[in-house]
Order: sequence, then C-alpha cells, then structure tokens
Amino acid sequence: MLAKRIIPCLDIKDNRVVKGVRFVGLKDAGDPVEVAKLYEQEEADELVFLDITASFQQRKTLVELVEKIAKNIYMPFTVGGGIKDINDIRDLLNAGADKVSINTAAVKYPDLVNESARRFGSQCIVVAIDAKSIMDRGLRVERWQVYINGGRTSTDLDAVEWAKEVAWRGAGEILLTSMDQDGTKDGYDLDLTRAITEAVNIPVVASGGAGRPEHFYEVFVNTGADAALAASIFHYQQYTIREIKQYLKEKGIAVRI
Amino acid sequence: MICIIDYGMGNIHSVKKALESFGVKTLVTSNPQDLEKADKIILPGVGAFDDAILGLKKKDLISNLIKHIENKKTILGICLGMQLLFEESQEAKDSRGLGILKGRIKKFDNNLSLKIPHIGWNQIKMVLKDCPLLKDIPDNSYVYFCHSYYPEPEDKNIIVTYTDYGLDFASVVWKDNIYGVQFHPEKSQAIGLKIIKNFISLC
Repeated sequence: MLAKRIIPCLDIKDNRVVKGVRFVGLKDAGDPVEVAKLYEQEEADELVFLDITASFQQRKTLVELVEKIAKNIYMPFTVGGGIKDINDIRDLLNAGADKVSINTAAVKYPDLVNESARRFGSQCIVVAIDAKSIMDRGLRVERWQVYINGGRTSTDLDAVEWAKEVAWRGAGEILLTSMDQDGTKDGYDLDLTRAITEAVNIPVVASGGAGRPEHFYEVFVNTGADAALAASIFHYQQYTIREIKQYLKEKGIAVRI
Repeated sequence: MICIIDYGMGNIHSVKKALESFGVKTLVTSNPQDLEKADKIILPGVGAFDDAILGLKKKDLISNLIKHIENKKTILGICLGMQLLFEESQEAKDSRGLGILKGRIKKFDNNLSLKIPHIGWNQIKMVLKDCPLLKDIPDNSYVYFCHSYYPEPEDKNIIVTYTDYGLDFASVVWKDNIYGVQFHPEKSQAIGLKIIKNFISLC
C-alpha cells in the first residue's frame, strides 16, 4: 500500500538553514547537508528545501548546494524558491534535485508548467500554492485566494480553480500551504486541503499548521492528502519523524516505518 | 566497472554515487564502445518514452545494448530504463522499445480513481523468492516510486515482485541476465542501497 509521506521542510538563506533549527548533537545545525543527513537517518520520506535568498548572485550558489546535498542523501528531495524560468528548473534538476517547486513563476507564466512538464516529466514539477481564506458576511469561509511572492502579494486566483488548472497543465504534485494556519501549530487547514484534494487527480502535500502528532492523523483521515509537510515541529525536536510515524501507525495510517 | 548509460534523460548522479558508495568503479557514458569494457550496465532514466528512445538512437546505443544483453552482459533497468527494455508503450507515439523483454508498458487507469503519477513509498510483494537482486530484502519492504506507467510482461514468470496501486503491477522483473525495477533504488535509503549492493555482487 502506498504510504503517507512525512516531509520536513528546510528554509535556506545564503546556503544556510534558517528559521529555528535547534538540533542538538549536530556539528553545524545551519549546514543544510548536515541537517539533511540527520533527516535521512530519521527516515524522513522526502525533503523539501525552500530557498529564501533574495539576491541573484547568491542564488547562483544554490545550484552548488543542491549538488552537495544530492551527493550526501539517498532519498528524494524537492527544491523551491525563486525559480523563474525553464533554465532555473533545468539547472536544479541537473544538479541532482528530484523535483522542483514553482510558485510565483507559475502564476505569472502558467505556460511554464506545461513546458517544464513536457520537457522534464510531470513527476518532477511541483506547483506550490499559498492560499488564504476569504470570509463571507456570515464569517464562513467562502473561498481561498492564491498569494504569490512568499505570501506578500495577493492574486485574483481562486485556489481550487488554480489547482485544477495546474494539474491540467501537467503539474505532477501540488504543495498546498494554508497561510491561515501556517505558524499557528493549530493543525492543518482541513477544509482547504479537502477542497483541493477533491478537485484534482494528482498527489497533494498539505502544509502549514502542524504542531502535534494528531494534526498529521487528522489531515490524512479527513482529507485526501498524500503527504504532510512540517518545519518547526521537527526542527525544534519537539517530535522526531519516527515518533510521528509510530503514532500514525498505531492509529492505522499506512506509513513507512 | 559498471557503465551507466547517459542518453540525456534525467538525473544519473544519484545512481552513480550510490554505486560508488560501495567502492565500485563507474563510467557514465553515451559511447557504445564503452559497453564492451563494462562488467555490468545500468540503464537509468526519467521522462518520456519517445524522447528516451530518440536519445538512445542518436547515440547509436539501441543495437549495441541489444547485442551486449544478448551476449549475457548483466543489465539493470531503472524506472523508464526498465520500461525501455520491453516491446512497446502506451506512452509512445512513434517509437518502440528494445524488445528484449516481451510485453508492454501501460498507463495507470484514470477510472480506478487513482492519483497519477504514482509518487511515494510503496511496498514490494515477492512472488519469486530466489532473485539474487533482492537477496536479504524483506518481503513488503517500502521503496520509492515516481511514475505514471507500469510494465505488463507477457511472461508472468519473470515477475519477481508486485506492487499494489489500484492493481497489482510488476515492480521487479528478472530474466537471466536482465533485471528491471520500476522504483528508484538510488532514492530508497537503506533498502535501495542494499539492492544496489546486491546488483554489484551479481556475477
């Protein structure tokens, strides 16, 4: 049976892991390669690296970093953040990334999804969608709006419609982040995740809000999510990946353990 | 020395480094002459079937690969590389496979309400116990898959493992000196590395 995936996400800035990685016992908790190796020992199912480096010059070194990571781990990994065109995608895949995650560029140039899927195969093209709820007058969620530029810029795209469109254009997977839940540790946005997984026929990775093992269980039981991504819950070593998986296994969720 | 065929289809570094982690000499090559010197061959690949066949044709690799495989050189096809060993694919519009294994490559059926591609960790259920490639690999081990098409061998006796994704498809095949895996051993952590080590140990 296909296992539900547990995926740690690492934010990378200027080739260093940032945003609260507090691993004890690591020589250098900011070194992406060291952190990646630790997650491999823990049997993470996959890794996501999100580059949040601003300047162009520094971004060039991302390709070298990807090469270094690829040399050191034996599991699939996705690289995202700031990808602008097909050349960026090619460079990262050639450097050893298994998948690339595109967000803003996909909204601005939707044909990039078609072109990159045709050229490199759908299986390596992930479209990341950052979605935020819009309330109706009764303060119920009416729909979800797509944001770009790291959540700073709103678009007029509806998240469910956009998900359908990128699937149709050839995306192999959707990385869905709830901006309402992100950072809250209150759990994944189940309504949003359900709405998206019901709308498309490609795998969906739920993201934003994981704080306790129950949250992983909830998102797998109540939505069609194929994977759950989390950052701080793992980085601060509140829970190890094994503990989360053990919990899920005891609750009857198929995980690789 | 193990030859890894480079025909422009996707990332081969991970296969190379997995082999080299066991101290094996590798050669990434698109030169058909190099196959002569190789003890074993690995045919990796991700992407589209037609592009892959075109890539092999451009490098004059098809007839050379067939020749060496028929001369009993051990080969491992990974993912698309395995699919290419069969006769034909539903994905292909204007090309045929190498035809070294009888059978065809089919697409997962949309009507089974499956998500396509099949991405993630799934289990291999062994039906053939004595395949040396899977020596000491426990039944129902999880390995990493990433594909939309799967092989349907004509001869069911070459199927070593099945994997359940809406239906039971052949995830490892083996015929004499020919081995094929639908998953990515180079991405399957400890189990995958063990399979690669087994491949290296084959004589």
